[in-house]
Amino acid sequence: MFREMSPSFTDTHASTLPRVARVLVASVITAGGAALLLATLRTDKAPPELAVLVSEQLATSGVENPVTAVLLNFRSYDTLLEIAVLLIVAIAMQPHASSQPRIVAPSTNNESATNLVLTSLLRWLIPLSVLVGGYLLWTGAYAPGGAFQAGAVLAAAGVALALTERYQFGWQSAGAQWLISAGLAIFIATGIVSGMVTGTFLQYPVTYAATLILVVEIAATVSIAAILLQLFTRLARADVTSPHTSGASS
Amino acid sequence: MTPDIIYSGAGMVVFAMGLYGVIASAHILRKLVAINIMGIGVFMLLIATAHHDTLIDPVPHAMVLTGIVVAVAGTALCLWLAVVIRGLEHDAASHPSQ
Repeated sequence: MFREMSPSFTDTHASTLPRVARVLVASVITAGGAALLLATLRTDKAPPELAVLVSEQLATSGVENPVTAVLLNFRSYDTLLEIAVLLIVAIAMQPHASSQPRIVAPSTNNESATNLVLTSLLRWLIPLSVLVGGYLLWTGAYAPGGAFQAGAVLAAAGVALALTERYQFGWQSAGAQWLISAGLAIFIATGIVSGMVTGTFLQYPVTYAATLILVVEIAATVSIAAILLQLFTRLARADVTSPHTSGASS
Repeated sequence: MTPDIIYSGAGMVVFAMGLYGVIASAHILRKLVAINIMGIGVFMLLIATAHHDTLIDPVPHAMVLTGIVVAVAGTALCLWLAVVIRGLEHDAASHPSQ
């Protein structure tokens, strides 16, 4: 869709900069990059203070995987804000009109060609993706994995489903809005509840840390998957040649 | 130690290539891809700094994981803005009087 003609989209190959300016920019960046490279190689690494701290405190975090412990316990503010960023982008890309009351419904577009290979493959692939997503979510407590990886796998399954064009997604429906906001809502609620117990927002009590992290991760997985799928389907559906249906005109 | 140097150096090179792409390309999609390449350079550097002789620092790993998701969201928003800009330009082209 980006290939069609439009003033700032016509010049797909050449740069607008004259050749001299391009050479100048390239040489400045080469020099700057070389300086950065030298600085990086010459600087001694910081001593692994944080790594030592994390491994000392790992037993109190409720999980055994240090990356998950950092993401969802020691620095859970980062993760909270990250899910907030995702939600903000999802809200910015919300469709206008509510034409579809359900989250997923069979497509009304009868012209869509049935891709036999894709649909037969998905019959196997989608249950497998759900299984892998669930496994990644669970294993995040012990080994590499977690909410983001699981959410990405589930979203990929949804993207494959969207590519069959047999279903349409109603991102304005109440169910979809619950799905995309559940992650942030449950994360904040967990933070407040644990804050009431321990006195600090998002400071989990040690005995319940594992359960709280699992609850937050399940909610985050669902929301991340739904939001990533929404971003994909909204961009795939963006039809700008008819600007008033694109949701972009206001 | 050598893998660290290779990773850090390659990260810097990738970052510089992305920076050139942002400045030198005209098309919005090319700029967007270049910004993502810059981000990948930064991630490579962060991952390389996480490696110590005896233990792995999980904090940069968590930051990169967060960064990847935010980069995806940012890319989607930029693509959406590109679509909006194109819709506006399309409007302006089809109604020159307005």
